Amino acid sequence: MSRGQNFSLPLLAVLAAAVPLCGTTAAAGEATAAGAAAARRVVKLYGAGGIRGLEAYQTGIIVSPTGHIVTALSTALDSEVIDCVLDDGRRYPARLLGADLRRELAVLEIDGENLPCFSLSATASRAAVGSRVLALSNLFGVAVGDERVSLQHGVIAACVPLQARRGSHEAAYRGDVYVLDCTTNNPGSPGGCLTDWQGRFLGMLGKELRAEPSGIWLSYALPADEVARGYEQVLSGKPSSSPTVGPEQDYDPALLGLVLVPDLLDKTPAFVEAVLPESAAAAAGLEPDDLVVAVGDRTITCQRQLRQELGRLLPGDAVRLGVIRGGTIVSTDLGELPPQPEPAVAEEAQ
Amino acid sequence: MRFPAAPRSWHPGAASAASPLFRVPAVAVIAASLLALPPAAGAGDQGPASSMSTDRQLDRVLAAEQRRTAAIATASETAVAIFAGAAGGGSGVLISPDGYALTNFHVVQPAGIAMRCGLNDGRLYDAVLVGLDPTGDLALIKLLGRDDFPHAELADSDRVVVGDDCFVIGNPFLLATDLNPSVSVGVVSGIHRYQFPAGTILEYADCLQVDAAINPGNSGGGLFDAAGRLIGINGRASFEKRGRINVGVGYAISANQVRNFLGVLKGGRLADHATLGATVATSFDGRVVVSDILESSDAWRRGLRIDDEVVALAGRPVRSVNAFKNMLGTLPAGWRVPLVYRRGGRPTEIVVELAGVHTTAMLADIVSGGRGKPKRPGPGHPEGQPPPNPLTPKPEDLPELIRPLYEPRLGFTNFHFNRVELRRVLDRVAERAAGAGKPAGERASWNFRGRLEQGGAFEIELADAAASIGLPTGVSRWEPVAAEAGLAAEAGFDASPPGSGGMLAALTLWRRLLLDGDRGGGRLIYWGQQPTAATGGLADVLELTTGAGRARFSVDPAGAVVAVDFLLSPTAEPCEIVFAFPADGGSARQPETIVVDHAGRRFATFRIEELTP
Repeated sequence: MSRGQNFSLPLLAVLAAAVPLCGTTAAAGEATAAGAAAARRVVKLYGAGGIRGLEAYQTGIIVSPTGHIVTALSTALDSEVIDCVLDDGRRYPARLLGADLRRELAVLEIDGENLPCFSLSATASRAAVGSRVLALSNLFGVAVGDERVSLQHGVIAACVPLQARRGSHEAAYRGDVYVLDCTTNNPGSPGGCLTDWQGRFLGMLGKELRAEPSGIWLSYALPADEVARGYEQVLSGKPSSSPTVGPEQDYDPALLGLVLVPDLLDKTPAFVEAVLPESAAAAAGLEPDDLVVAVGDRTITCQRQLRQELGRLLPGDAVRLGVIRGGTIVSTDLGELPPQPEPAVAEEAQ
Repeated sequence: MRFPAAPRSWHPGAASAASPLFRVPAVAVIAASLLALPPAAGAGDQGPASSMSTDRQLDRVLAAEQRRTAAIATASETAVAIFAGAAGGGSGVLISPDGYALTNFHVVQPAGIAMRCGLNDGRLYDAVLVGLDPTGDLALIKLLGRDDFPHAELADSDRVVVGDDCFVIGNPFLLATDLNPSVSVGVVSGIHRYQFPAGTILEYADCLQVDAAINPGNSGGGLFDAAGRLIGINGRASFEKRGRINVGVGYAISANQVRNFLGVLKGGRLADHATLGATVATSFDGRVVVSDILESSDAWRRGLRIDDEVVALAGRPVRSVNAFKNMLGTLPAGWRVPLVYRRGGRPTEIVVELAGVHTTAMLADIVSGGRGKPKRPGPGHPEGQPPPNPLTPKPEDLPELIRPLYEPRLGFTNFHFNRVELRRVLDRVAERAAGAGKPAGERASWNFRGRLEQGGAFEIELADAAASIGLPTGVSRWEPVAAEAGLAAEAGFDASPPGSGGMLAALTLWRRLLLDGDRGGGRLIYWGQQPTAATGGLADVLELTTGAGRARFSVDPAGAVVAVDFLLSPTAEPCEIVFAFPADGGSARQPETIVVDHAGRRFATFRIEELTP
């Protein structure tokens, strides 16, 4: 009957995985305590949807005592009313403050005070691969009212750049994610909370996507530092953080000072025809006849892909182009991406 | 696959033996993580102090591992692999040395009355179906051939906390062809979960949610806590887009719900779940209020009305509609439980008898998979002849070993086991009566004398042919008709003395039970178990139906009849009698006090001073 019998797994967790992270000794019933502490900072969200594959519910994480909540950007938030239910069953209407389209992260706000919360830090260190983790989420909507979100346990299996899609929707985020060995890819899980076995915030559970190379449903989480950056981005109110901006738009390389050869073929190679003077391209040392083959870590094979990949970046993001010049690959740094002229369709929906 | 699964919910139980899907090694085996121990955690660099602490940690890890492997080894001996041939199979778990084992209704439904079960001792055992709870998806079976089966201890599942370690033992994908069960480990993900009925039945109320892998074939198997105690019966999982495989969201029927139904199941009955006869809804300000109520319900008779706020049910606070459904879903039909409601700020506690969700005929139909209804004749089934139902076989179709252990009867899964339980309880009652020393001339009338708590003397006389009571308010008399002839039915009961709801009749039936057991007329069955205020725990209940009357006798573990619950007629208000015996036990027929309630009010408290002869 004693709770003290329950520490076999937590002990293993700390010794097997978390030694590089922390020197603390595991205590009995650790998942119980950590799960309970974290769960008070996790909310259940209910919005639009409800048709198969488009859930009307998901999870959110409280990140400020006054009621800022980060969650995954999804159709569930596309609703006049977003209901937010706290761990103790209190129910609040939530407003959409904004979204980081690239990280597919939304920030909501409720009228709260002294709420239990995680503090985000853009310099949060990454958890090691092999770390044991806890995942808390509103999976399958099984927890209602004041019922606590579900707790799962697992291991960080990898920390790799995300390549994922669902049908025609391709994940905009291409940075590192934690890949998990437990199934967190479930309805309602997006926006859930990933912690270590001490209940410390590690990341936000991702959306229901498939790994692009294999087609396998992927259980992943956005690392804490990226969550923090997304949150800051939204709070800073930078352009593109408006949730009403439509799908990504191709980016015209001319804005960087690159003039390419005429795009006549289906897959016209991205050969540089000319470099505009006093442009970012000129400053980076790009030359005519360079063949652009990569944007950041992503290889491209044609001009259309170049425009698409540039379109994934947000204004202010660092632009690095890989080019082939005289048989060798040269890496160039074009500084920050200048904004595109506003697309005609942008409207305020709020 | 047998049931029309509710969206995103399925019963993993009956994995089809023919299914091609499941050749994957789906067994999550434990302890692999042990290999991942850091190589001395860099102790070499950190000096002797750190090294010592690492050694201590290592010792603790090894000790913890030992505890876990020991718990799993012990629990594995109780795991039952159920094979039902082409019908599939599933899992079960032994809970008593004489072979009683729990599994899911949806596992045994295709398997039928007789089945073969394997244990990890490598042997196959014959087993017979004992009881069914179709709504709660539970079944009780009995393995034959031993009286020393390894068995698991039913734990108090209300003590389970989210984050607790747990493990699941069973027969996923029917892999246990060598009878060695598969083990998967995880944590408790949620408690007090409510899962809507899949199809029309199979409601999972107040269930445990775990992330230990539960796959098709795990159904009916045990969910254990870290110490190897049985905290639930696995039976359901959520899924969405990946098909019928574990996605880390499994559900188990709580051990406490199992315990509530165990008596009904052991008695070979067809268990039904409880309904209050009222629905509740969340009001605008978050209270749980009665939204509708049947005027025929006991709750109505006790005073519950629309818009009353339900505060607590059966001792648990009701803070949401789910909490209400959770509590109700774990209770058997017929239980009498306290309910607290609030009206105009004032709380009131009442005790209500819970009605059944289904009629006997409905349950029988559910169990037979709707086979009671006329069906289109199919090939091999001549017109008008429904296909054979494995749960209602012809005795001659059963294996010879099972035949004497099966007796069909409407409203029962297997009436044979009702006889077994009835005999067990009656023997205990008889033993208690004998132990107290039978007075000479016991057939003579029993005369009680004493004082009422509210003042005044009383005298009660109970005899075969007549019963009478003398109270300060007057004398009442009742003559049981045909009692001496031992006929099956009473001609009629009356409510004497006035205001008691039939106390004299109830006491007469009580006397007859003590003297004659099941030879006293009427139809006596083992009803199950119900909590009694007298003992604080669950007591065995015998039910006597005679004429229009119905009496339920609660028998404590020592064989004392501690309460009688009597209805003159099915629609009458009950006469509830509670006996209190002296601390040293005393005579089975001589309680210290008799408390009589009627229609929710105290009728009288009798302090007995003298019993003759």
